[in-house]
Amino acid sequence: MRIGFFLREAIRATRRSAAPSFAALATVLVTLLVLGVFIPIVQATNGAANSVRGRVMVDAYLKTDATGADVARVRGEILALPHVSRVVYVSKQQALAQQRKLDPAAYALLGSNPLPDTFQVIPDNPGNVLLVRNELMIPTGGGATRMLDPAIQSVSNRRTDTKKILEVTNLVTITAAALSVLLVIASVLLIANTIRLSLYARRREVEVMKLVGATDWFIRWPFVIEGVVVGAAGALLALAVLGVAKVALLDPLAHNWTLIAAPHTIAFPALVIVLLATGVLVSAVGSGLSLRRFLRV
Amino acid sequence: MPSRIDIASRARKRSRDLAAQHSQPSPQPSSGRKVIEFRGVSKLYAGDVGLDHATFSIERGEFVFLVGSTGSGKSTVMRLLIKELEPTSGVIRVAGHDLADIGRRRVPYFRRNIGVVFQDFKLLPNRTVYDNVAYALQVTGGTRKEIRAKVPDILRLTGLSTKLHNFPHQLSGGEQQRVSVARAFVNHPPLLLADEPTGNLDPETSIDIMRLLYRINRTGTTVLVATHDQAMVDKMRRRVLELAEGRIVRDEAAGLYTRDETTRDLARRLRAPSGRPPGLE
Repeated sequence: MRIGFFLREAIRATRRSAAPSFAALATVLVTLLVLGVFIPIVQATNGAANSVRGRVMVDAYLKTDATGADVARVRGEILALPHVSRVVYVSKQQALAQQRKLDPAAYALLGSNPLPDTFQVIPDNPGNVLLVRNELMIPTGGGATRMLDPAIQSVSNRRTDTKKILEVTNLVTITAAALSVLLVIASVLLIANTIRLSLYARRREVEVMKLVGATDWFIRWPFVIEGVVVGAAGALLALAVLGVAKVALLDPLAHNWTLIAAPHTIAFPALVIVLLATGVLVSAVGSGLSLRRFLRV
Repeated sequence: MPSRIDIASRARKRSRDLAAQHSQPSPQPSSGRKVIEFRGVSKLYAGDVGLDHATFSIERGEFVFLVGSTGSGKSTVMRLLIKELEPTSGVIRVAGHDLADIGRRRVPYFRRNIGVVFQDFKLLPNRTVYDNVAYALQVTGGTRKEIRAKVPDILRLTGLSTKLHNFPHQLSGGEQQRVSVARAFVNHPPLLLADEPTGNLDPETSIDIMRLLYRINRTGTTVLVATHDQAMVDKMRRRVLELAEGRIVRDEAAGLYTRDETTRDLARRLRAPSGRPPGLE
């Protein structure tokens, strides 16, 4: 009886004050649309930044006379180092084949293969790349260095490049995170404000209810339910628009555009759940909380 | 559609029934429990005096007018009584309970024992007459069956039977005030407060409302009416408390009037000076 009463009250309120309810619904709809577009974009950006960072590595070039035994020993030594996640061995022949592909004319002029055997050392975390380099090429003070193994001729020293990549990708990640936080705050404030306005229009009604002897929760429940209804309706509409956009615009492009196909973006069903929960929770809690000041009669 | 006269006569019959039910315990003003007691109550509004050491009490079953000019503290008394305001000092008791002991959470339950009628009616604008009155019952957890039984009854008593499904903005001021009275009385509270109930109404409609309040008083409900309608107060001949600048300056108690006057006689007496033949009412 109680729940039925509250439901009927909520529906009556939504119907009879259609304009404010519609405003709240439109706000939820627009906010969630922006959020629904923005979440995958942030994730794709982060994914792209991470894949760039994943390419950060240190090259260790072996001496040209290194034997197969040397190669095996050096691989073991490098894998034993801390912060090393993976080692890729590129033999002279493989290196030559790769380079020839890039510039066949130049390499055709070369009689012999000038390239050394190479170990590409991938750190466990892009931030540790300099640590790994120092372990391969141990500083002995005064600018002098000593190689980890006598078979290593030299270690790539692209310190500035590495730093730049790290800085730029960090900036991208932090900017995306900051933007998403701001967007979420803006959404919550926007929805809360719209709800507050629609409640303000009905503050006299709330006052009368209190004077007749209604308890706070007796007044509040219909408003909270109304918030759920409006929030869910707005979220569903937003999801419908997003779904149509995904099927009509994104899916045909997905094969050509790697950013969209980035493996780390959120799955659509998960996005549906996140947006629905956000819409319903924010507007229900927003209604309940905004009502507080009008209940002080 | 029944004419106004039909409704009026039915309402009158109904009031006679009610009066018959309650005629025996017709409470005497001088005896019985105190329903309202103010002891040295002061209320200051940011430096302004709302009420200045007011002391008075009202017994069960009394019909009391609270008079005074605007700003004399009438509304302050009313708002203190429903615990919308807290007194700066002093003790207020309603039906023996010290209002200071009622916590914020208990206030709604306390208010259900008091019917309140306001000058501006304070009806819920997007509900019909029926739903406005029903809300007062829904608030107290009344069942649908109870609501279906009580609401038409009280609306018949207040002469609103034909307006059940109208919205407040479709009603005249007098009709809106009747709805407000019906809502205040549907729970049959022991105490009914009316703050300038006739402030927005013409004299003829005011008489109807006063008559309604008197009818409610005759069922045993204590009624306190704040008004500045001096002519009405003089004609009604009930106990009068006068406020001036927050002080009680006059307490002209009972004895001047007969308690057993019927509502019909009261109405005839109220209309008499306006030159209208009493029989036509």
